[in-house]
Amino acid sequence: MAEVHTVYVPRDTTACSLGAEAIAQQLGRHLAMHSPDCRLVRNGSRGAFWLEPLLEVETEQGRLAYGPVTPEQLPDLLAAGLLAGTTEHPLYLGPVDDIPWLRRQQRLTFARAGVTDPLSIEDYRTHGGFVGLKKALSMTPQALVDEVKASGLRGRGGAAFPAGIKWQTVLDAPADNPGNPQSGRKFIVCNADEGDSGTFADRLVMEADPYMLIEGMIIAGLAVGADYGFIYLRSEYPLAHQVLQEAITRAEQAGWLGADMQGSGRDFQLEVRLGAGAYICGEETSLLDSLEGKRGMVRAKPPLPALKGAFGQPTVVNNVLTLAAVPWIIDQGGQAYANHGQGRSLGTMPFQLAGNIERGGLVELAFGPTLRELVEDFGGGTRSGRPMQAIQVGGPLGAYLPAAQWDTSLDYEAFAEAGAVLGHGGVVVFDDTVDMAQQARFAMEFCMVESCGKCTPCRIGSVRGVEVIDRIIADDNRAAQLDLLAELCDTMEFGSLCAMGGMTPNPVRSAVEHFPDAFGVTPESSAGAA
Amino acid sequence: MTEPTSGAPSAAGSGHDRLRATIGHLVDTYRARPGPLLPILHGVQHSEGHIPDAAIGLIAEALTLTRAEVHGVVSFYPDFHTTPGGQHRLQICRAEACQAQDGRALEQAARDLLQVDWHQTTADGRFTLEPVYCLGNCATGPSVRLDDTVHGRVSAASLQALIERAQHEPVNIQGLLAVSREVDHG
Ligand SMILES: Cc1cc2nc3c(=O)[nH]c(=O)nc-3n(C[C@H](O)[C@H](O)[C@H](O)COP(=O)(O)O)c2cc1C
Ligand code: SF4
Ligand code: FES
Repeated sequence: MAEVHTVYVPRDTTACSLGAEAIAQQLGRHLAMHSPDCRLVRNGSRGAFWLEPLLEVETEQGRLAYGPVTPEQLPDLLAAGLLAGTTEHPLYLGPVDDIPWLRRQQRLTFARAGVTDPLSIEDYRTHGGFVGLKKALSMTPQALVDEVKASGLRGRGGAAFPAGIKWQTVLDAPADNPGNPQSGRKFIVCNADEGDSGTFADRLVMEADPYMLIEGMIIAGLAVGADYGFIYLRSEYPLAHQVLQEAITRAEQAGWLGADMQGSGRDFQLEVRLGAGAYICGEETSLLDSLEGKRGMVRAKPPLPALKGAFGQPTVVNNVLTLAAVPWIIDQGGQAYANHGQGRSLGTMPFQLAGNIERGGLVELAFGPTLRELVEDFGGGTRSGRPMQAIQVGGPLGAYLPAAQWDTSLDYEAFAEAGAVLGHGGVVVFDDTVDMAQQARFAMEFCMVESCGKCTPCRIGSVRGVEVIDRIIADDNRAAQLDLLAELCDTMEFGSLCAMGGMTPNPVRSAVEHFPDAFGVTPESSAGAA
Repeated sequence: MTEPTSGAPSAAGSGHDRLRATIGHLVDTYRARPGPLLPILHGVQHSEGHIPDAAIGLIAEALTLTRAEVHGVVSFYPDFHTTPGGQHRLQICRAEACQAQDGRALEQAARDLLQVDWHQTTADGRFTLEPVYCLGNCATGPSVRLDDTVHGRVSAASLQALIERAQHEPVNIQGLLAVSREVDHG
């Protein structure tokens, strides 16, 4: 077999967390000595995290995959002929495009992830990058907003608000604001705070295909008349930070950002702002306060951020995935996007399989399959090999779903009907060894730690919640404490300004309702309480 | 709070000049941008390892804020510390996807190995232990972050190895990656 000319070693956080960096260094030394004509490309990651570190070599048969490769296994793999595209090694997985887990996905947003060198503008353009922006530069703002409306795209950050309607509000909002130093301006703010446990899709966009996010933000700017964008990035993502900074610099140098983009006469500047470890700063009004250099306190709405957002000016706040979907939509048309999905849940959703899962990672699918199909067909059940007990969908504020609810269809409406949320698409699997009372306790504890402190039901209720659950676990006046917990949940739900306090009852109530054994509730005792 | 009385006036004096220069530089870099406070605080935290009390006054002065305002912001965010931490920062993910992978046992192992509780620094000044709520590495947990490097599928044994290695290594503040190696095109 012929020597290969390109070998790929992923550089995303997960691949690196499992040794990809050491592999790249070893391989780099090997290539320098033995195969000086072979290129080492640090691609992003395809999001098949269960196969990371996933090495690929470019051959006449396409890209061949090997994984998961540990640094310790690399010498053996090299000896077996990695650089000649060996098909004989136990780590050989076949052509990467034939891996069923990847082939069966519907990748619109993540089509380039893992394929390209995330920082190469040339790669980006070769794979369809900046086509949407080129088109957008010749469209009117209203035409752009209309295209996004036609796509049916809803916010992927959690609340699922229609993106086109938000953009219309900002487009129509007057920006004159006498006395405000920012008067006349509108802003695009990308919410890259991705605080939900079990989610990493935003991170993968930023680490594997950052120009797509940049392109989406520029188009948003063209659509609403904003010339400045912020990416509010959580500080827990040092690698994404590094990649974004470098991508922005390169995009500026290549004339895709800054003044007079591509000779169009239009300007767009972009800046990354780091958060500082507060989960609540993912809530959009808290985020805006943080961006302004204040404590991240939640603001009462109205005024809507669309009208009075960053620095008092009209602002689009959208999640990374929302903005990342835009280049495809403008390139292929809103209708093409809306042809995926069902009902009012249109397009694709990047689901994230996490927790105790055999084949975890990013699964982008049109809305519609059931949760069970996702965790069984793609996820392959638990990594521990034990039965699944509960699945938490939609982050720390999402409900714990028991087996009876796993046939729920993955769309916004079906989940709402089941008393659950899709949120940002995180799917965390727990096996039967997990103590669900501890999970309920943690939900309260998390709220206690992360509450912004503005409203009492959230700030104090969560502290009480932890205490009450501890007493339930200790069987200290259990029946009365369970009633108290139910009341506390009601108070938090109805008396909180934002979903932090308002939705913490979701995981708590669902744990109590569906896993009563964990709380020491027997059929007889619950008959009394009801 | 009482004003800190410095034990070593001369050292504090030169340290103060250096701090003043650092902050002056940060303020110059960010002042023209809207909302410069967080980037400046990140800059101080990065260069000093914490936000010294003296920095709060200097920043307040430069941005025409009150000390209370700056202090209020510093105290709101878990990333900002007003006292020096250890040489290395070890964060253990406490969030749900890592819990599902036996993360609670790892939390306990970390406390046992370092003999400290959350937010504390080891007696030798090497490590500060912190909880973190998700590192975005949730498909391959449990996860920890040592300085700027994230590690996945961490066991008590591999955590111990990680700690021992860090003990003998120079402080890693970089955590940067080798980028693609372009053979033909330089
Ligand atoms: C407690 C809390 C945390 C949130 N965290 C995030 C987050 O990390 N990322 C995000 O995009 N949206 C988050 N949101 C939702 C935002 O408030 C907002 O709806 C979103 O940024 C709007 O963008 P989208 O319409 O594109 O989803 C959070 C909301 C709440 C109440
Ligand atoms: S519910 Fe909690 S986090 Fe939300 S505004 Fe109230 S106190 Fe802040
Ligand atoms: S929950 Fe631990 S890395 Fe996400």
